Amino acid sequence: MTLLSIEHLDVDIDGRAILDNIHLAIERGEIVTIVGPNGSGKTTLLKAIIGSLTPAWGKIHRAPGLVMGYVPQRLHLDPTLPMTVTRFMGLPRRHAPERIEQALERAGAAGLGRHQMSSLSGGQFQRILLARALLESPDLLILDEATQGLDQRGVADFYRQLESVRRELDCGILMVSHELHVVMRASDRVVCLNKSICCEGTPQRVATSPAYQAMFGHDIQDAFALYRHDHAHRQETAELVS
Amino acid sequence: MIFDDFLVRAALAGIGVALAAAPLGCFVVWRRMAYFGDATAHAAVLGVALSLVLSTSILAGVLATSLIMATIVSTLSGRGYAMDTLLGVMAHSALALGLVAVSFVSGVRIDLMAYLFGDILAVGKADLAVIWAGAALVLGLMSWRWPNLLTATLNTDLAYASGIDPKREQLILTLSLAVVVAVALKVVGVLLIAALLIIPAATARPFSRTPETMALLAAAFGASATTGGLQAAFWLDTPTGPTIVSLAAILFALSSLAGRLKTRIMKTVGQ
Repeated sequence: MTLLSIEHLDVDIDGRAILDNIHLAIERGEIVTIVGPNGSGKTTLLKAIIGSLTPAWGKIHRAPGLVMGYVPQRLHLDPTLPMTVTRFMGLPRRHAPERIEQALERAGAAGLGRHQMSSLSGGQFQRILLARALLESPDLLILDEATQGLDQRGVADFYRQLESVRRELDCGILMVSHELHVVMRASDRVVCLNKSICCEGTPQRVATSPAYQAMFGHDIQDAFALYRHDHAHRQETAELVS
Repeated sequence: MIFDDFLVRAALAGIGVALAAAPLGCFVVWRRMAYFGDATAHAAVLGVALSLVLSTSILAGVLATSLIMATIVSTLSGRGYAMDTLLGVMAHSALALGLVAVSFVSGVRIDLMAYLFGDILAVGKADLAVIWAGAALVLGLMSWRWPNLLTATLNTDLAYASGIDPKREQLILTLSLAVVVAVALKVVGVLLIAALLIIPAATARPFSRTPETMALLAAAFGASATTGGLQAAFWLDTPTGPTIVSLAAILFALSSLAGRLKTRIMKTVGQ
């Protein structure tokens, strides 16, 4: 089932074209990652999808009744606004306290409920943002560099959690990421964006495409090597088991 | 009838305004709209002058000009001027224009001081009804939209993703602000309305862990400041509006001292 389809999308900011003729569809149950250099319009695309930017041209079709969960890149909280983690989790819709506790536990943030949002570390903050988005049981989960502030272990946990979220909620996941090596492992489809979509497809296909290699240079050789290495390992293990 | 006592009417008027100003004042503080409150309030003087010229009700005139001012400021923001510059221009121009306009209607004798500083002791039964109707409207709007207003205040993108339009929520705050200005005119006057919005909310901040407690505490502090200020003005024979705001300022000073003390104690205990 198609959750979202974008056709001929152009977005201008202050008269400058940020996105040009974007076509993209996201199906239920798939993990799609957008990669691209700084200023290539990744965040702008996500903002157009959630409806916070109005397209200059084109259409964004959302499936009827589509529930979106959004995890922003950064969230600035004004210090004059008192906010406990539990209260934040209940915005805009309240949830049963047990559900909130469960969600915190799953996000690796158990026991933080009574803390003020302003007292959290960067990593804790990101976990809470994800937990809040999941409480709404979204059909489409949208993540904008959601692993900022997490350490390596945290990043690994984060992607493992995404995998189980996809299975449990059967939702689509659209994310922007800088971590090329992880992207290669965690996504079904990679979209390479630089104002317009320059290539897209399975991680292997994109990694070997000239447009992608031109954009990321040898960064990507390393990432792809890591990916193949990892795959080889998995196959070995599989053979051992059988 | 208890409403026959002017002090009772004054106290009830003050409490009504304080209750409506509390949740709205919290948003003014959270969204850094203090100057916005000022601009809206200062436009009320122009509203008074216009309603005298056009011989319409003062309430209607004030509501209209405050709304127009708030809308102009909202639409002009983000068009080349910083918000505080824009509001500084608008607030003081509106006040000056209003004062000039009032001087043209010298045929009618008006007590300018009553509009600038309020005249809570002259609140009649009809005024009281208007104040409480306005307060009920604002409180109703606030509680109806509360979760959406909070989400939009937190982050506009989070709001959009949840299907909330932050522009609509901003409009609701703007509208509520105009209503509070219109009903608070009689109580503290245009120069001090912003104080009644901001000071109780700021006083409540150190004792609050959630937005809801902050709004409730702000209402309590606001109501204490208005009723206490009324009493104090009566004993000391001082102007009522300024006395109310002075008392609110004293409460704020005490609260921030208590807040400092609290964090210091927490730190010592933590060690």
